[in-house]
Amino acid sequence: MAQTFEEISAADFFYRNRDIAGFTNPARAVFSSIRELVENALDASDIYSVLPDVYIRLSQEEETELGEVTVYTLRVEDNGSGIPPRHIPSAFGQVLFGSKYKLKQARGTFGLGGTMAILYGQITTHKPVYVASSTGTSKIYKYKLMIDIQRNRPLILDRKIQINKEKWHGTTVEFWLEGDYLRAMPKILEYLKQTALVTPYANITFIGPKGRLYKFTRATTKMPPPPKETLPHPYGVDVETIQRLIRITSCRNMLDFMKTHFHRVGENIAHHFLEFAGISEKKNPKKLKPQEIVRLVRMMKKFKGFLPPDASCLAPLGEELLKAGILKELKPEFTAVFQRKPSTYSGHPFIVETAIAYGGDVPKKDDPPVYRFANRIPLLYDEASDVSVKVIRSINWRRYKALPDMPIAILVHVCSTKVPYKTVGKEFIADRPEVSREILNGIREVSRQLQHFLTKREHVEKERRRLSVFSKYLPKIAQFSTELAGKEKTPDIKKLLSSVRKLEEGK
Amino acid sequence: MKKENESSVTDKRKKTLTGLRNFGAKLYGQMEEGVFPWIKMPSRSIENIFYSPEIRQYILGDKAVRRSSRNIRHIRPLTQLVWAAYFAHELTQRQKTSTLRDVYYSAQAYDMSFKDQPESNNIITDLETVAGFSREDFNVFPEERSAIFGDLTIEYTVPGYEGRQLNLTSHPDGMMIGPALTSAAFVKTGADMVIAIEKGGLFTRFIEEAVHKKFNALLVLTAGQAPRATRRFIHRLNKELDLPVHIFTDGDPWGMHIAMVIISGSANAAHLRELTTPDATWSGMWATDIVDYKLPSDALTNIDIKRLHELQKDPRYKGKLWQREVKKFLKIKKKSEQEAFSRYGLTYIVDEYLPAKLKETS
Repeated sequence: MAQTFEEISAADFFYRNRDIAGFTNPARAVFSSIRELVENALDASDIYSVLPDVYIRLSQEEETELGEVTVYTLRVEDNGSGIPPRHIPSAFGQVLFGSKYKLKQARGTFGLGGTMAILYGQITTHKPVYVASSTGTSKIYKYKLMIDIQRNRPLILDRKIQINKEKWHGTTVEFWLEGDYLRAMPKILEYLKQTALVTPYANITFIGPKGRLYKFTRATTKMPPPPKETLPHPYGVDVETIQRLIRITSCRNMLDFMKTHFHRVGENIAHHFLEFAGISEKKNPKKLKPQEIVRLVRMMKKFKGFLPPDASCLAPLGEELLKAGILKELKPEFTAVFQRKPSTYSGHPFIVETAIAYGGDVPKKDDPPVYRFANRIPLLYDEASDVSVKVIRSINWRRYKALPDMPIAILVHVCSTKVPYKTVGKEFIADRPEVSREILNGIREVSRQLQHFLTKREHVEKERRRLSVFSKYLPKIAQFSTELAGKEKTPDIKKLLSSVRKLEEGK
Repeated sequence: MKKENESSVTDKRKKTLTGLRNFGAKLYGQMEEGVFPWIKMPSRSIENIFYSPEIRQYILGDKAVRRSSRNIRHIRPLTQLVWAAYFAHELTQRQKTSTLRDVYYSAQAYDMSFKDQPESNNIITDLETVAGFSREDFNVFPEERSAIFGDLTIEYTVPGYEGRQLNLTSHPDGMMIGPALTSAAFVKTGADMVIAIEKGGLFTRFIEEAVHKKFNALLVLTAGQAPRATRRFIHRLNKELDLPVHIFTDGDPWGMHIAMVIISGSANAAHLRELTTPDATWSGMWATDIVDYKLPSDALTNIDIKRLHELQKDPRYKGKLWQREVKKFLKIKKKSEQEAFSRYGLTYIVDEYLPAKLKETS
């Protein structure tokens, strides 16, 4: 019997395995589509340092015969950087094509999500996607595209160029997909709310299929500084990365190669490292043999002299913006936010931001809700497996005066050039000891602040009660002793009462 | 005799009213001077209760507690105390009576709240300590009622009955020792002694068998542990009428102690006087009686034995008779009730036992 072997394209692979990218069922597909496109829209604004205005419209197209499953039109507009015209077809018609493979923090990382949504739309409705984009030049480029799934290539069905009088910049994507909005709705709204929380400088507008408008208005015009691109850190590279670097490098010797292509490696460190690795400084990197490359990578992981990666490539939200977002979306009575110092795991820099919210509109629950974010993306699924939840469960909350029936919400934001996700679906963060330690310390810090707040409030409350005790009983003592003594006028106790008050204030 | 007694009752009332007024005036004066009102009173804590062999009862020591309205923990009980004084004054002046339960509810009419009955009871005891009078003096009576029968003529002082006289043989069930009787003046008596009896059945038997005539005695039913009003009444019979007092109880540690509380009072009432009758005698039933009269008996329980060991160490039980009887109980490990004499016939106790014991203990 003859076996047939065939190669499948990346698009084909994800078509066959769409579960792993979060397109498991019609409800999940609607949610994931909106989420991927919104994240792309926000990333595009961050790059351009423009306050994002994101408009999302989901409209109902027709009832299908399958009953609950409906065909929707999804339209997402942003005012971000726009896509250079020659990249538009590939950006939307080719899986794993993107601008985000570089080493800096962005919401998306795999170049997968947006195209997966379109791919899913195509396979469920067999309709093309309409894309319009401009980088702010005098022209707007409009494409009608489909994906050639087997070849992982865009098929351009139509292309138009419009005059851009207004110098509009941004991207509009519109396509059709099968979905189940009714079941997806709670997650979509929760997702938008949490996105608004972690992006307090964005205006997000969503119009649901029934015409209902959800508007999340920006609370600040401050944006976090955009992250810078960085070189790979020696601790974080593998053989494939080195081979790619060798292919493109113009360096003629190993010393220059180390200095040019790696993060925080200078003359001195390069010199010490090569000596440690037993590789000649003068060796031409292009002449490294395969086993020498493997050895190089192993020595890089062993060498103790590299400096830790710096965090300039990261874009944490910052305490001020995080606070603004929490106040805007959770409306608590009290909130504390904290940003940890940068740290690293396996050569990848990361920063943990934590926050705690108490009272106000925060609901009372036995287990406090945990708002999890990674690179400013809300993580909504698989909460129980997430490292933050494990850390939170391990804390003795009584120490911080936090009791089970209190209205408390906790927020954890992990930013990294490489968030340690466990799945492609980006649902939860793996339990790395370096990461969980940072999360623990961050939560402890904000919990201490909550404890101070609660203690202080308890104190104020106690003083208030104390004062009310005096003002309740002193007049009674005066009244009864006056009657007992057979006097007509009750003694003046105002002075005594005010002396109680003064003592309180004097404390 | 009548005049003297009458004045004893009305004097007491006047003294009570004056004491309460002075208490109010003191606090009033403090507030006039711009001082947080405060009081000082003897401590009733267990370390401050001592037995005084001279006056043969428990007394309070020198330790005092200060309660100031400046203190957040004191102001509420102090206010309750002032209210209680005011309320007691109202009761006494208008000659109305009340009970501890009633006091608890009355507080609510003045927007004063007690969290429970024990809290309000405790405030009344505080007032007794501060004022130096027992609560019966300011017309707060206990619920428990006991009775008296015999040739004693009294004159009421309660409103509506002032000047009316009554002989206490008028009703064969005996007369209840309630507020009216407690505040009555003694006019005259033909009795030579007082016999206090623990149990109602025997009290009735004594009346039926005319013990009051045969022995020329006033019969008092304590109905178990004698209420304070009754102890006070016995005290008055002893002091004002100069009558010796004999007490008959069950032959067990509990009956023994009923007699002792009439004689020497309780630690709980260490802040009060005139509730004890130190010269009264416990005339039975003794442990030795159980043996001597070959009475039907029950075995002592563990609780009984534990109680006897406590009593053995009690300073009130220092006397020879008491120590001897405690030891005897512990030795024979038996107890017997007053009704046990009925095995020798209904009148045996009156015809044989009583005369013998009265003779023995007089």
